[in-house]
Amino acid sequence: MTTTTDRPAQQFNVVGTRPIRHDGVDKVLGRAQYGADLKLPGLIHGAVLRSPHAHAVIKRVDAAKAAAAHGVFAVITGEDMPVSASELLDMGEEVTDLRWMSERIMARGKAVYKGHPVAAVAAVDQNAALEALKLIEVDYEPLPAVISLEDAMAPGAVVIHDDLVGDHLGEKARGTNVAEHTRIEFGDPDAAFEQAAHVLERTYTISRAHQGYIEPHSATAFWSPDGKLAVWTTTQAPFGVRSNLAQVLKLPVSAVKVTPMEIGGGFGGKIQLYLEPLAAVLSKKAARPVKMVMDRKSVFDATGPGPGGQVTVKMGVDANGAIVAATADIRYMAGAYPGSSISAASVGVFACYKVPNLRIDAYDVVINMSKTAAYRAPGTPQAAFASESLVSELCERIGMSPMDFHLLNAAEEGDRRPDGPIFPRVGNKACMEAIRDSAHFQSALQREGPDGKLRGRGMASGFWNGIGNRSSVTINVNDDGVVSLVEGNPDIGGTRATIAMQAAEILGLPAEDVHPAVVDTDAIGYNDLTAGSRTTYASGQAAIEAARLVVEEMKKRMALVWETDPENVEFENGVFRNKVAPDQRFAFKQAAGKLGQTGGPVAKTGSVNVRGSGGGSFAAHLVDVEVDPETGKTQVIRYTAAQDAGKAVHPSYVEGQFQGGAAQGVGWALNEEYYTDEDGVMLNSSFLDYRMPTALDLPMLDTIIVETPNANHPFGVRGIGETSIVPPAPAVANAIADAIGARLYQTPMNPARVMEALAAKRNGANGR
Amino acid sequence: MPITLRAHTGGEARLEVPGATLRALVRNLDERCPGVRERLVHPDDPDRLMPGLAAVVDGEPTNMGLLTPLGEDSEVHFLPAIAGGA
Amino acid sequence: MTQQEAPVRKITVACDVNGYPAEFLAAPHQSLLEALREAMGLTGTKEGCNDGNCGACTVALDGRIVDSCLVLAAEADGKRVDTIEGMAPPNGLHPLQQAFLEEAALQCGICTPGFLVAAKALLEREPEPDEHRIRLWLAGNLCRCTGYDKIVRAVQRASSEMSKPAPAGGA
Repeated sequence: MTTTTDRPAQQFNVVGTRPIRHDGVDKVLGRAQYGADLKLPGLIHGAVLRSPHAHAVIKRVDAAKAAAAHGVFAVITGEDMPVSASELLDMGEEVTDLRWMSERIMARGKAVYKGHPVAAVAAVDQNAALEALKLIEVDYEPLPAVISLEDAMAPGAVVIHDDLVGDHLGEKARGTNVAEHTRIEFGDPDAAFEQAAHVLERTYTISRAHQGYIEPHSATAFWSPDGKLAVWTTTQAPFGVRSNLAQVLKLPVSAVKVTPMEIGGGFGGKIQLYLEPLAAVLSKKAARPVKMVMDRKSVFDATGPGPGGQVTVKMGVDANGAIVAATADIRYMAGAYPGSSISAASVGVFACYKVPNLRIDAYDVVINMSKTAAYRAPGTPQAAFASESLVSELCERIGMSPMDFHLLNAAEEGDRRPDGPIFPRVGNKACMEAIRDSAHFQSALQREGPDGKLRGRGMASGFWNGIGNRSSVTINVNDDGVVSLVEGNPDIGGTRATIAMQAAEILGLPAEDVHPAVVDTDAIGYNDLTAGSRTTYASGQAAIEAARLVVEEMKKRMALVWETDPENVEFENGVFRNKVAPDQRFAFKQAAGKLGQTGGPVAKTGSVNVRGSGGGSFAAHLVDVEVDPETGKTQVIRYTAAQDAGKAVHPSYVEGQFQGGAAQGVGWALNEEYYTDEDGVMLNSSFLDYRMPTALDLPMLDTIIVETPNANHPFGVRGIGETSIVPPAPAVANAIADAIGARLYQTPMNPARVMEALAAKRNGANGR
Repeated sequence: MPITLRAHTGGEARLEVPGATLRALVRNLDERCPGVRERLVHPDDPDRLMPGLAAVVDGEPTNMGLLTPLGEDSEVHFLPAIAGGA
Repeated sequence: MTQQEAPVRKITVACDVNGYPAEFLAAPHQSLLEALREAMGLTGTKEGCNDGNCGACTVALDGRIVDSCLVLAAEADGKRVDTIEGMAPPNGLHPLQQAFLEEAALQCGICTPGFLVAAKALLEREPEPDEHRIRLWLAGNLCRCTGYDKIVRAVQRASSEMSKPAPAGGA
């Protein structure tokens, strides 16, 4: 655990320390209330009937028997859900179409993915609800399922949505599964390839991988007779759920109150609506609060993994190894409705490099599987698997070390990002240098492991831009000088602490004296979602703003006490002082006791709309693997992740983000995929068969926090939650190639594929 | 300009257009390249960008839509917003 | 809607939960996990998969750790069940709970109760396990947030705290 910084440190008292998180005790005691833990008076339970087919016309749904069954309060089908016309919605970090969202939540006339809700029941208990589902009669007419890029893009392909109007480079297209084809281009890559000393082109296939949060989705709703809808849900986006529910259910936004419960992981997968509107409509019918908890199989079948797809990348370099041109062709399978983060992929595929001539084509393709969702740095790990694998193979061919290549070609301040904007000061090269100087990089790799196992080392870099956007934080000063901090971002990984610490820094208080609370959408100003690496960065700025307003107000109050002008009151290190009477001083706590008689309570809200991320966060990862040539199994034996945090607010949770993203990336690299039959039915929809890394699959994950300050944040903080999932898969691929002398071009690089690559190598095939 | 709008700009990827705000810039752009305004501006709210479109001014996305002030040498990119999420 | 007699007869289950006697009615199909959460209100034990693959519902049954989603509630009759709610001493934390906080070994926290119950059972059997042993023991508990590094360190830290001789006069 190392931290490198390149500047004379701004002096901090709280930021950069490692206090115990405020919500920690509740969580280790088992007292924290997650979505499924909620109990309400009169609560009944809902369950969802889901399509067993990936693509089928729903000819008839008869729920009469279910409605009459023992203990059943309400049954709903697609007919009970309001119909929505096409309308683009701003989701905070992404946009989506209201109509697709509405149809995805409950099928109407046609099921377009396995697990598509067809009906839902509310009953006295979970068991009664599940039994009632069995009484619902549905006639399906199965249609051919479109489950691959080849199927979806072939001429004469089965078209999933007759009325989908694709946007193909600005031209409207009908009768297609390609929702969007975009292109970014500058310079003349084709001419530059002609002039290049070396050119390499490769195609990579990346699996669909699920976010894999351990807590399944859950939602509870009560639609009151007065028209108010209250929802308790496990979400990254309470305000997003509020506005999306209002849109889907045709309610004014202010009629909906969303209370975020503790959330058991999200990683981008708990932004979209799933159960909330169903619970709401069931509640309206049943006149009772309805709780719904998704089972794990449905989480896999019917919620969004990150998209799989195919990425072809081509790169040309001059005789010195400097990039002269690069192109990419990115094709992602969005699932049953459009939207697979192809624009982020287009930014991320070459973001780490200076590329003078560039073209990136990207295709958003609809298939008959559940709609994909954001998954940590959406779209980018897939693209980076291609570009960073290509770079490593290119380096092999030109006899250049990947470290030298990265340092030579790294995009830095003033360089243009692939989509146009110019980078401000960023830590790309600094991360690489941190890896170069690490004990791991400096150590010699023992190339032979025990029992003939083969070892290799690989590295890769990664980028994620992140967002800023809207946040509100309210600080209330209590008589005893402890403050409560009210915020609206669900805390998934320690953000109560990191936001509170930034307020504490301004207020001169220890972190423990700021008591954070995440509250419902009626109790705090608007907050964008907990996503986009924005929470510590943007809501932290709202907290800083609120704390500054508190200080200003308390200066006025102390001026009253000291009978002086507010300008004469200064505040430093938690102490108010009268500049003209230096013996007049109050610590924050003493001052707080004087608020009652100087005008009443001090409660201040900081509201911000933070522009951009300040250049994003770069990372570089280094990994050693051990491959068993007998079985093809790969074990990660050493790992180091370096990433730019700008300024680490709580270093332990920064390290935790680096480590968690690395682990997810390793899972994607080695094991994780949706394994389906030809009808699009997922065959491995359990944690037994969808194999995420366990404690035994990973070594200790070393971290290096690089601190290249962000000019957009008063403390230099960068959002860091997402980048860490970008480099692992290509780093592992490069390490496997180093170990076995053959390349894999597909995730997951599971034992079967490693054995295939070894066999191909024995048979004299080189690469593919 | 994104490729999707270059039909309106006669194929031009980069244009120099005056304007003290993004709104003024779009107005002036539309005079030069008729039809581009209705691709850039929200049909119901003249102060907002078209849903699905983001503007990046001097390297950072705008958070004031078309009310964003521009400097003398500001660089503006119109980009597709990140789609997803449904 | 009709409110008839429930079609299945429930079974009376009497057991010891966290050192206190507990009695509840369980349907024959009901899991111990469901009984703990629904009948007894002990929601600290979490459901992640309901098929024995994530470990979020880990409890100790007569001292042996089990996935409570795979145990029928009726099987707990006459046995002792220890859950996360019984782990801390009065007015304090178990050294493992403290170590999880100090080491930042939780992010979202949903897997934490299962890890704590499992790790406690390990340290009761083997007070000083090495890293590999800890990883092997905890391999039945999935965590998606941390990459396990800090969890393993927390268990190591608790192990060394618990191995120290108790301070004079300490509890």
